[in-house]
Amino acid sequence: MTAYVENFKKYKPLLSELAVRDIKTRYRRSMLGVLWSLLSPLCQMIVLSIVFSNLFRNNIENFPLYILSGQVIFNFYSESTSSSLTAIIGSASLIKKAYIPKYLFVLSRILSSAVNVMATFAALIVVMLATRAEFHYTMFLAVIPILFVILFSSGVGLILAAYAVKFRDIIHLYGVFITALMYLTPIIYPMSMLPGVVHKIVMMNPLTNMVLMFRNLALDGIMPGPMSFVIALVECAAVILIGLYVFYKKQDTFILNL
Amino acid sequence: MRDIMIDVNDVSIRFNLEKEKVNSIKEYFIRRLKGQIQYDEFWALKHITFQVERGDSVGLVGLNGSGKSTLLKTIAGVLKPTQGTVRISGSVAPLIELGAGFDFDLTGRENVFLNGAILGYSKKQMLEYYDDIVEFSELAEFMDVPVKNYSSGMLSRLAFAIATIGKPDILIVDEVLSVGDFRFQLKCEDRIKHMMGKDTTVLFVSHSIEQVKSICKHAIWLEKGHIKMMGTAEEIGRQYEMS
Repeated sequence: MTAYVENFKKYKPLLSELAVRDIKTRYRRSMLGVLWSLLSPLCQMIVLSIVFSNLFRNNIENFPLYILSGQVIFNFYSESTSSSLTAIIGSASLIKKAYIPKYLFVLSRILSSAVNVMATFAALIVVMLATRAEFHYTMFLAVIPILFVILFSSGVGLILAAYAVKFRDIIHLYGVFITALMYLTPIIYPMSMLPGVVHKIVMMNPLTNMVLMFRNLALDGIMPGPMSFVIALVECAAVILIGLYVFYKKQDTFILNL
Repeated sequence: MRDIMIDVNDVSIRFNLEKEKVNSIKEYFIRRLKGQIQYDEFWALKHITFQVERGDSVGLVGLNGSGKSTLLKTIAGVLKPTQGTVRISGSVAPLIELGAGFDFDLTGRENVFLNGAILGYSKKQMLEYYDDIVEFSELAEFMDVPVKNYSSGMLSRLAFAIATIGKPDILIVDEVLSVGDFRFQLKCEDRIKHMMGKDTTVLFVSHSIEQVKSICKHAIWLEKGHIKMMGTAEEIGRQYEMS
């Protein structure tokens, strides 16, 4: 165990170098650069709120803010896991030629997405100011659900990255899955709108709990019950343990399949 | 006391050459049900055992496909042996396929830090080595240019300069001396010889038996994944040239 920790310490500079590289190359040669990580969730929010406020009547006050708060959690999950998916495949040339702890590639993708989620969070605050929404003290606790989703995505990212090496279909399949998952997460609709069975299905989605928790803390100033924290914690722990196990078992075969 | 730096103990490596690469889940399960997953087993290395002491320099010679590069990759930790164990004491600087860690969109300067981190150096250490790297690679005026605009010679000069910083305990060299122009090759050879003076253990692969003889004390002759002969570089060189 201590050997693993030592090894991690040795390669910690690499983790930040890789994350910085991800961010740098993402916005290289675009005029607005890093500003895009603020702009793109805003634009997305505008589109979604125009479409869905006309499509069906809802009585959510401040609908754009409602959507954006859901996006903070969901966009992070979708972006970080999708990029983790190709973390190993995309680093094939490096993995074939140098020894590097391979989980670093996945972690660096998660880390660079985490920088982005902060930008989305900033966008949320901008919109709250612009729409004169009420600020609550619980806002400070809103980092807790963000931490949960970061942990959760790390676990999922490890599993996906490990399996995508052998089965490239996952890359295409996962895009479809993410679209489905978006509609199974209460981003554009309120939970109260759902009929019985669908309500149950949506509640089974681990992201639902995190989105609701985030909304309660950031927008409504309500403290979620202790159970929702416990559930989120258990889910994160389970996914991370499974992720580490799968990744650890598979990592020596990566080089044979790249 | 003998100080063993590299201990390769009965190492074998097997590759499964899949007859047709199965890349989709559906195909995998269908074939598995039909019992059609077939592999051609291929042993790239078989029962390799040797040890290298501190300060020693060992050349690996052999024809194409004799397992030289596989052996180096195993020692560098890139490949894991199917059987047997490899024990390494100390830090390793692998000069295997230089420039593996280059990101072509980043500038030379950014790549220096990225590649340094890949070798396990901290940012602080890299700042110390930075000037030395720029000087050795002779690329001072190109450090802020994206690497994709470099010529292949410039790339390998930078890669070599990064890979040979610090005082590694073990240096693994895989035919990199054939990079750059004649003058730079001499410079590289000088640097490697200089590093060997500092107690560094060297593992060297080359097709050129002359290079092996001039750099190494000992040599190992590989043939089809087996060790055919082990001994002093002179002796192996003579035998190898005769065959």
